Amino acid sequence: MFHLILFLFFGAICVAGAVNLLVQSHPINSALSLIAVMASLAAEYLLLGAEFVAAVQVIVYAGAIMVLFVITIMLLNAGKEERSKGSRVAILLGVPGVLIGAVLVAWTLLQRSNMQAAVPIGALPGDPADIARLLFHNFLLPFEVTSVLILIAIMGAVVLASRPEAVARGARKDEG
Amino acid sequence: MVPLSYYLLLSGILFVCGVLGFLIKRNIITIFMSIELMLNGVNLSFVAFAAHWHALSGQVFVFFVMVVAAAEAAVGLAIIIAVYRTRETLNVDQVNLLKL
Repeated sequence: MFHLILFLFFGAICVAGAVNLLVQSHPINSALSLIAVMASLAAEYLLLGAEFVAAVQVIVYAGAIMVLFVITIMLLNAGKEERSKGSRVAILLGVPGVLIGAVLVAWTLLQRSNMQAAVPIGALPGDPADIARLLFHNFLLPFEVTSVLILIAIMGAVVLASRPEAVARGARKDEG
Repeated sequence: MVPLSYYLLLSGILFVCGVLGFLIKRNIITIFMSIELMLNGVNLSFVAFAAHWHALSGQVFVFFVMVVAAAEAAVGLAIIIAVYRTRETLNVDQVNLLKL
């Protein structure tokens, strides 16, 4: 019972934040409500016993990634979003399509609602030691590949965000 | 005990909010945040299934999704900065050089 109350409380914060992200017209407000969504998702992960994932969610998502977003918004001095005539087709076909799909998925899920996400409150099956054992034995190759991916992403971000003339100057320096 | 379907419903709601934001919003940064919202919705269903089947691999997959999301955020925001530098706008409707 207590579990259900906690689930509903944090789930309500999640949904409210997600809807607020859609409603707000200023990107910084959307970013702050996305932080609220991510923080309450971390609480949901704790309810599911995923201790390590909850910690990483707060550190990486609500911390690092959202700081990146907020800094970009402030750097570009993004103002209120202008309502421009976008593609009518996307809204006329897309929005009903998405809603119909959502209703279908929800209906299918509720038909099979006897399955339990069976974690008693306070039990933490996903502790860092077990995750690490899995990560460094069974998933060692994907883990190493993601490190290469991160390296490439860092280099790509530096190249893309630096001014073009600075890149050209660096290339000339290499030649000379 | 909370039924698994409740977690999956919450994950579906978050994903649908992300898709709607992607379709409706016109600010490129908000569109990017909607993508992050979709990734978060999927992560929740990964963790819920991991708890249901008592398999930790689901949580390891969440870890990988987070890594990809972090890389994507870094590169994507750098692209947004580059777009803003050349086009002086964040409105996706005005970034239409490739349109017919």
